[in-house]
Amino acid sequence: MTEKRKAPGRGLKPLAILTALTLGTAYGMVFFWTPNEADQGFVQKIFYLHVPMAIVTLGGFILGGIFGFIQLRTGDRKWDLRSYVAIHLSLMLALGTLITGSIWARASWGHWWVWDEPVLVSFLIVFLLYSCYQPLRFSIEDPDKQARYASVFAVVAGAFVPMNFAAVRLAQAYTHPRVLGGAQNSMPGSMQITFLLAIVGMTLLYATLWKFEITSKTTRMQLGSIKRRLERDNPGSPA
Amino acid sequence: MFRDTINLLRKDLLLEARGREVVPAMALLALSTLVVLHFALGQQSLDGKLAAGALWIAILFSATLGIGRLFVAESEDGGMDAVLLTPVDRAAILLAKVIALFTFLVMVQIVIVPAFGLLLLGPHLAPALPKLVGILLLTDAAIATVGALVGAIAVQSRLRDLLAPLLALPLLIPPLIAATHATAGILATGGPEGIPGRWPLIIALYALVFGLLGIALYDNVLDD
Repeated sequence: MTEKRKAPGRGLKPLAILTALTLGTAYGMVFFWTPNEADQGFVQKIFYLHVPMAIVTLGGFILGGIFGFIQLRTGDRKWDLRSYVAIHLSLMLALGTLITGSIWARASWGHWWVWDEPVLVSFLIVFLLYSCYQPLRFSIEDPDKQARYASVFAVVAGAFVPMNFAAVRLAQAYTHPRVLGGAQNSMPGSMQITFLLAIVGMTLLYATLWKFEITSKTTRMQLGSIKRRLERDNPGSPA
Repeated sequence: MFRDTINLLRKDLLLEARGREVVPAMALLALSTLVVLHFALGQQSLDGKLAAGALWIAILFSATLGIGRLFVAESEDGGMDAVLLTPVDRAAILLAKVIALFTFLVMVQIVIVPAFGLLLLGPHLAPALPKLVGILLLTDAAIATVGALVGAIAVQSRLRDLLAPLLALPLLIPPLIAATHATAGILATGGPEGIPGRWPLIIALYALVFGLLGIALYDNVLDD
């Protein structure tokens, strides 16, 4: 191993503390400060979980695509690992987004699933596509090929995400309760601040988990190489 | 590059003409799907949205079959080594595959579109045909660009035949959305209606984007 010996988990602790603080504050504000929405009441508060999660999920998928692209340019497998972890985390968050979205749909429209809701439907399609990432990745044995084809998938799927959203949205009526954006942005200041803080918190959570996963994988690889070296230097000793 | 593409394409088409493996299977699957849809929907004849949906389900299913088999000749017995050893640009290899898949799709549709008109379609097929052919060819181009890329990725995996449809179907949903919307109007009961320009535009843009992705990635997807 020629890379510089930098402690892999450096900065993880402050990041984790910052995440806990931001998320804690954000959801504290959700429950004790923001007003209940006039139309939907208390249920609307799932918005502070669902929407940030959705945004971070999509950001993560696109980030995975960008990392994959760098891996293809440089051929450095470090970037493939980063892409893999980004997609892996986003896939779990996507499941969370689907579940929270479904709960929200049930509470505000009375149905667990609404097909004319373009964002939710797009999410399902993206989720189905990315569910193939791991089967694809782990069914290619050669490590170099695995990194390359996983990255190709990451790039293609990353490009697919915005196109898919555009296509599904075009195909359907706009029935989503568009809380943010649109001409009549009627969200009071307290909701806006809380929402932005929730997005920051969710992004930090993603960053923490990503760093944690990368650290854990790098450490395990380093441990493996140390064990192998030990075995080579003292054959027969229980390593 | 152009001549290489033509030669590689000739090889693929010749293999298919001699072996007759993929296209008949694709056509049969499409036909079986139409029959299954007749019973599953319990309808004597379809029109409008349902007809468009049935036609595109059949086409998409048969396309996944073709996508899964697209690189099989190369993956077996070191065929890819042989192709890569020849002094051709890798872009030509991918492009030849795109055109080959496009040709297969067109051949399948020559069989199943009349069959669909005969078996399931309520309104007459003939007046709808010019517009339908336009949408079919455009969507075939989109399916072919996506399919060649997916086929090249899937063939590297141990799960090849399992993975190809799983990858292809979600990736083909955007052109499918546009194609069904356009086709629904064409197959309406009162004769073909005009197609809103945005649907062909979406399909063409999608084909274009995946074409560009293919150009950006072809160096990385072709392997022994």
